[in-house]
Amino acid sequence: MAKTIIEKIWEQHVVFEEQGKPDLLYIDLHLLHEVTSPQAFEGLRLNGRKVRRPDLCFATMDHNVPTRNRDTITDPISRKQIKTLQDNCDEFGVPLAGINHPDQGIVHVIGPELGLTQPGKTIVCGDSHTSTHGAFGALAFGIGTSEVEHVLSTQTLWQSTPKTMEVRIEGNLGFGVTAKDVILAIISKFGIDMGTGFIMEYTGEAVRNLTMEERMTICNMSIEAGARAGLISPDQTTIEYLRGRRNVPEGDAFEQEANRWLALATDEGAKYDATVSIHADEISPFVTWGTNPSMGSGIAERVPSAADYEKQSDKDALKQALAYMHLEEGMPLSSISIQHVFIGSCTNARLSDLRAASEIIKGKKVHPSVTAIVVPGSETVKRAAEQEGLDQVFLAAGFEWRETGCSMCLAMNEDSVPAGERCASTSNRNFEGRQGAGSMTHLVSPVMAAAAAIEGHLTDVRNYMEEPVASV
Amino acid sequence: MKPINKISSVLTPLERKNVDTDQIISKEFLKRIERTGFGKYLFYHWRFHADGTPIEDFVLNNPRFENSEILVAQENFGCGSSREHAPWAILDYGFRVVIAPSYADIFYNNCVKNGILPIRLKDQEVDELISKGQQQNFKLEINLEDQSVTGQDGTRYEFEIDPYWKEMLLKGWDEIALTVQYDSYIAAYEEKQRA
Repeated sequence: MAKTIIEKIWEQHVVFEEQGKPDLLYIDLHLLHEVTSPQAFEGLRLNGRKVRRPDLCFATMDHNVPTRNRDTITDPISRKQIKTLQDNCDEFGVPLAGINHPDQGIVHVIGPELGLTQPGKTIVCGDSHTSTHGAFGALAFGIGTSEVEHVLSTQTLWQSTPKTMEVRIEGNLGFGVTAKDVILAIISKFGIDMGTGFIMEYTGEAVRNLTMEERMTICNMSIEAGARAGLISPDQTTIEYLRGRRNVPEGDAFEQEANRWLALATDEGAKYDATVSIHADEISPFVTWGTNPSMGSGIAERVPSAADYEKQSDKDALKQALAYMHLEEGMPLSSISIQHVFIGSCTNARLSDLRAASEIIKGKKVHPSVTAIVVPGSETVKRAAEQEGLDQVFLAAGFEWRETGCSMCLAMNEDSVPAGERCASTSNRNFEGRQGAGSMTHLVSPVMAAAAAIEGHLTDVRNYMEEPVASV
Repeated sequence: MKPINKISSVLTPLERKNVDTDQIISKEFLKRIERTGFGKYLFYHWRFHADGTPIEDFVLNNPRFENSEILVAQENFGCGSSREHAPWAILDYGFRVVIAPSYADIFYNNCVKNGILPIRLKDQEVDELISKGQQQNFKLEINLEDQSVTGQDGTRYEFEIDPYWKEMLLKGWDEIALTVQYDSYIAAYEEKQRA
């Protein structure tokens, strides 16, 4: 019978099943960070339990770490949380890329870089953006701290069989349209809870033509559509990304693995519980104007009006969002001034993101009323970018070039947007106060962020690009 | 985990949809390494002005709801971040039951694992409860065993819950202790992987 990749991975990981119970699922890779793990390790200690498979765990510090003056964490509680992870990893034998380690970075950036993320694996982390790893055809989802403790202790989780959803992206992306615009457009079209109770698989011609880094951007924001996991069937692009990485086999063993990975792809004719589709022609460079990621539109459009909605609860939500965002119904999106630009996060801080933004900013200057920072996704990304001179391009334009970490995506460290100010941000959430109490976030792609940095307001990046001449 | 079956309390109406976990517990409070003590930070930026004074018209600042154990909100409650600090804050504040038309998946799991009962009712039923709770002190009797919610005016609603989660909540299980009983299956699976 034809099966989806979701069903195939699931079946391969069932340890125990019984009618009327969720399945007991084996977990192949457990990623950890400093914020959602301390209570889990403490739980193990209190109950005299061990970590069952430290060799299947990998930890790093990302949420809390400073992006300058790395060695002096001024906040004593942050310092304690980071020290606690170090101590827990030492005590339980969990591999750690600590704050000064050359592999350190945002957990969802380093997993793929190190080749830990592989097709067919079940991957969990106490972080909702674990869906990022789905780009490789892995079943990857965020969990809470109780589940972190459960996986540490048993290497398994009780999980009810999910429903499957195909998210089809027809056609090819237009001029100036990026992976970020695709996922923002999908969430805007189908709603913030479109994926609740589902695992989504992205399919279609547009997806096949995306690089691995672009696929990661799309899968990363599956959770913003309510889906715990979103994935893409592996293909030759996946294989070539993984070839030669640390933690993947070499030589013939790699070719064998590659064949096994390719066989995981969804079979022709497999059935999903639901299918939605969007045509690439519908998607233009996107910005959000509201307080959740579904509240966005193409840059050429306007902030919606209450009259655009039928349901009273949608009208109320619009009103609440605009009150928080200090925006008026019907105003053009390109008229919104910004004071901050953040290029970073597990959504958009990989090398290709920094390259794309640097192309726009090259030879230009950051607008005098804007503070702009680049926070590379990992030490590896940072080194590679510096090798290419990208840091110099950003610095010459007036950007700050920082150390790696989650930084201003959630502002747990000292990088935050002050109350009443606006940020064009390449991150994934525009919730109230996300980047600092009273701050206002507009989610955009890296190139849109770069263009906003130059002009001091949201703007169409296509004006900074040369449209390729169509071949006849 | 504390078992839960019957709860009788006034409901607290929170008339908002898509309430994300960043609102439930803001990031500046995630640095604690304990599971307790988060209640005073629940909905912090909706409850307090920047200077720390209460925002009068926010529902949690209304003394009518001071001892409420039941929070009622609109659809897609608990979306966004996986932070379990959100249910920890809800529980520590004093709520044992949440009622909404729908929940984000991770948040729902996190509730169950902490002895919070997340009840799904229909959109219209939730709107009714919110409206009643806004007009007057409105008491609900929750019965997990029967899977029912009964209002003080006699209105009765039934809800669905996965039998596994139901039993876990009723008995207050330690899920890890339960899973350890399946150790031989886990070991056999690992053995097969190595082969």
